[in-house]
Amino acid sequence: MAPTPEESTLLQALRNGDEAAFALLVDRYHGQLLRLAMAFVASRAIAEEVVQETWIGVLEGLARFEGRSSLKTWIFRILTNQAKTRGVRESRTVPFSPLGNDDADKPSVDPTRFLTSGYFVDHWASPPTPWDEATPERLLLSKECGQRLEQAIEALPPAQRQVLVLRDVDGLSSEEVCNVLALSETNQRVLLHRARSRVRRALERYLEGDASTP
Amino acid sequence: MTREEIRNRVIDCLAGKVTCKSFTEAVTDYLEGNLSVLDWVRFQMHLGLCLGCRLYLRQMKLTIRAMGTLPEKPIPADVRAELIRRFRNWKNP
Ligand SMILES: [Zn+2]
Repeated sequence: MAPTPEESTLLQALRNGDEAAFALLVDRYHGQLLRLAMAFVASRAIAEEVVQETWIGVLEGLARFEGRSSLKTWIFRILTNQAKTRGVRESRTVPFSPLGNDDADKPSVDPTRFLTSGYFVDHWASPPTPWDEATPERLLLSKECGQRLEQAIEALPPAQRQVLVLRDVDGLSSEEVCNVLALSETNQRVLLHRARSRVRRALERYLEGDASTP
Repeated sequence: MTREEIRNRVIDCLAGKVTCKSFTEAVTDYLEGNLSVLDWVRFQMHLGLCLGCRLYLRQMKLTIRAMGTLPEKPIPADVRAELIRRFRNWKNP
């Protein structure tokens, strides 16, 4: 994945010292970088520092950037490297195995939702119900729902949160995510699956009241 | 075997052992296009028959899209100004 034509133009402008080009880059990625940094380190304040260190790393690396990846992937990789170093320094536990140990065997849906015997074993005993809020816009119209969604993402184990934020919140492709987080395609998909399943459960709990699932 | 019986055997064989539980475990592979053609057909058939799994899929898609519309974390004005200052220093050391 080489830089896009737009990125090549931007890169040239940056190397020429074009301030507007740098401002554009900062405005475009700062928020996404901050969200990702928060998936690595323990506090918002440290995450802010990591993002600032990332931008400095970008400036220092510009001359050396060879364009073997897209500019975006390169910037996000600088952030993950900074964040990992920082995470270790802050002695926050970074999962040893790439998949982490969290809920490795945990099912995607609470097992009590399925029939446990008979011809229809493992089919829905209490099936999902339709949500009234049929579009994301209507769903997030309620500020509280947006907060619940943010909380559910924050509560994820770090490795799951990192993948989910990049894929579903920031909209990176699976290939880009594997690149940024140095994950295999399979591990990326497993983490994404666990994370999405958990967030859906959290939304279900919120939208349908706490009666349905633990 | 009657034609009807043969038809049912073929459908049973194609349908495989898809359960609702197995669909919830495979939903990401389904959405990511990571299933074999046969598994895809099996889940597709299951979805056609199972309202619960259709609802599950709909909830999952809605969850994903909702995450994509979360507001971005804003950059504080002083942080932005400081970064631009750093750029100037970098440009003219
Ligand atoms: Zn089903």
